[in-house]
Amino acid sequence: MTVFRGLILIAAAALAACSPNAPTAQFHSEDNPRLLSEWGQLGIVAGDLQLADGVVPYDLNTPLFTDYALKLRTIWMPSGETAAYRENDTLDFPVGTVITKTFYYPLADTPGQVTRGDGHSLTRADGSLDLSRVQLIETRILVHREAGWEALPYRWNDDQTEAVLLRYGDVVPMTVAEADGGASTFNYVMPDVNQCASCHAPDSNTRQIAPIGPKPRHLNRDFDYPDGTANQLEYLTEVGYLTGAPVPADAPRNADWEDLEASLEARARAYLDANCSHCHSPVGPADTSGLNLQPDIAHGPALGICKLPIAAGSGTGDRRFDIFPGRPDESILLFRLDNVEPDQMMPEVGRSTNHVEGIELIRAWIESLPGDCG
Amino acid sequence: MKTFKYLMIGASALVLTACGNSDTSRDLAEANVDYQATLMEQLIDAQPGDVIEIPAGVYSFDRSLSLNIDGVTIRGAGMDETILSFQDQIAGAEGLIVTANDFTLENLAIEDTIGDGLKVNGGENIIIRGVRVEWTNGYATENGAYGIYPVQTTNVLVEDTVAIGASDAGIYVGQSRNVIVRNSRAEYNVAGIEIENCIGADVYGNTATNNTGGILVFNMPNLPQPGYHTRVYDNDIFANNTENFGHAGTPVASVPAGSGVVINSNDQVEIFNNRISDNDTANIIISSLHSTGYSDYSVQTDFDPYPESIWIHDNTYSGGGTSPDGLDLTALKIAMFGLNGALPDVLFDGFVDDAKLVDGALPDALRICVSDPVDVLNADGPNGYASPSVDTEDFRCSLDSLSAVELAFAD
Repeated sequence: MTVFRGLILIAAAALAACSPNAPTAQFHSEDNPRLLSEWGQLGIVAGDLQLADGVVPYDLNTPLFTDYALKLRTIWMPSGETAAYRENDTLDFPVGTVITKTFYYPLADTPGQVTRGDGHSLTRADGSLDLSRVQLIETRILVHREAGWEALPYRWNDDQTEAVLLRYGDVVPMTVAEADGGASTFNYVMPDVNQCASCHAPDSNTRQIAPIGPKPRHLNRDFDYPDGTANQLEYLTEVGYLTGAPVPADAPRNADWEDLEASLEARARAYLDANCSHCHSPVGPADTSGLNLQPDIAHGPALGICKLPIAAGSGTGDRRFDIFPGRPDESILLFRLDNVEPDQMMPEVGRSTNHVEGIELIRAWIESLPGDCG
Repeated sequence: MKTFKYLMIGASALVLTACGNSDTSRDLAEANVDYQATLMEQLIDAQPGDVIEIPAGVYSFDRSLSLNIDGVTIRGAGMDETILSFQDQIAGAEGLIVTANDFTLENLAIEDTIGDGLKVNGGENIIIRGVRVEWTNGYATENGAYGIYPVQTTNVLVEDTVAIGASDAGIYVGQSRNVIVRNSRAEYNVAGIEIENCIGADVYGNTATNNTGGILVFNMPNLPQPGYHTRVYDNDIFANNTENFGHAGTPVASVPAGSGVVINSNDQVEIFNNRISDNDTANIIISSLHSTGYSDYSVQTDFDPYPESIWIHDNTYSGGGTSPDGLDLTALKIAMFGLNGALPDVLFDGFVDDAKLVDGALPDALRICVSDPVDVLNADGPNGYASPSVDTEDFRCSLDSLSAVELAFAD
């Protein structure tokens, strides 16, 4: 349906033409540009972070928690390229695809402080972001080259004018404004290039880097695009970025973890899927534990129910079972979520703070589970 | 064993706060903190075949290091000269994590990591040589879990290493194939050297002392690979009497202090030519998962919990068994052997797979054989430890020797 895509791109180009510094998306097949702007996916125009033509923002039903950062996610492909639908895997993106994820926080009233993102993106429908309202932290690029995917982390400068490739990561001290007028601090840890693989190499046999989020079950939801609300799978199909997708009703769909209309089971399983299953699968780097948190795993030891730990060390929290049905405070899973000690918390990288609301969800789910571990 | 387990939970709760056998950790006042960025870039930029040399010095890191490029060697100037300290670590679950083939780490120390010291997750042809992993504050429950920790690896050589203070296992090889651990020293860990769910492992020339348990050969359920075929020989395994300072809930937390060699649920294990002495509970323990507190809910249905095809021969023993860990074992010792007596050198929990019995006995190839002139105590686990007995004659047999592990780069 490249006709539609062409129309949309033309429309977008017309808008962008008003902005002299509008970015133009690029694929760098070999070199790693030092500056994020050289990718042209995102650009700073008149106090906004704006997306280039053809750069499509997207969201996930249930996202990965990263220290309450908000995330602007985008997909771009070179002209004429398209991804193939895969039901239970990341879309099969062509060489040339560039995926970006920009981590940012809402600014607090007090200078130098931020607030916790509540999950609701501050990006506008066109993916643009008012820089007077946010602090940009980093933009991670996943680029699909001939030899495979590569992950490149870019760190935004204090003026929010440019981000620079920082392959060995960084520690960013953050100050969070609290509701009571006080403030708390934490270290936002930006992973190094090799650590990107600790999440983005979901098959520990091949160790190939791959995107994790853009799977049908995560993407199968509505998004408010500039030209109206549409299902993301349908929209990507319409603009020519996706082929082979069934109608959304026939595609898998994870629950939105915050959607109180959905069942507790579905919300909890979606949360564990988004936060854990890229490692805790039968081929993931955490298969050493024998724990499998993929969304389709039946209740039993593999899902952690009455499962004893293997090599958790202090991560057991002196508890005997990964999940003790009905007893969250005797469940290792909850101990590891409700924890920021590096040797005890899960996931191992990607957060320095606890996700209070996520922990509440998993607590409620474990409380609801029937059975006994004897 | 169940009796062990319950007692251990009580025992370790009492000692947790008392743990730690040294007052001070390494002083990092003069440590080099700028080298972190240099080494991280080298690890990211590495190409196959590269050798990353780290000169003598003390280097401080605040985050984990990771490597995922095949064919890289990281080499220091010696385990007492090149010190990578993670005492100030704020992020990362290990000191160095490697996910790559053809990896060699040699001649340096990794100290005071929050979590594991060195983890190698997956990969073939892994050499860890002349490496020391240590928690310099002494043994403590707060220490990281594993010192040297290759898991799901194939063709692994761990030699001339030292592991001290791990709150789980000092040297732990898990779910791997074709493993040699030799000429290393493990001290003041909960488990000194642990082989878990491995297929083909030779453990020889090592010294394991002052651990809670010296050398462990375990099989754990719910893992992709059950293990078998391990030889433990020519090791010095003595005075592994350190209180169990492991975290409750971890499998090693159920190991009684004073255990020399422990075989749990593993098959085809040959223990020979070792010098085993002064392990206060028992010099050798053979047990099944049934006696470690696991319930049927917890175990995959096809897991084989029974230790089978075990041959113990040509070891020398002295001391041991005189001060077993926990009230039940102490009571057992006194009841059977008197106040000044000792438990026998070999303890067996007594669980046998009824489904495999032929005419009431295990086929010869599956037996537990103790050729050494020492006694064997059968703790009678299946009957709730009601009638323990010294059944030494039941174990007087021998098995075929296991083949040696062949590792091209270990000659």
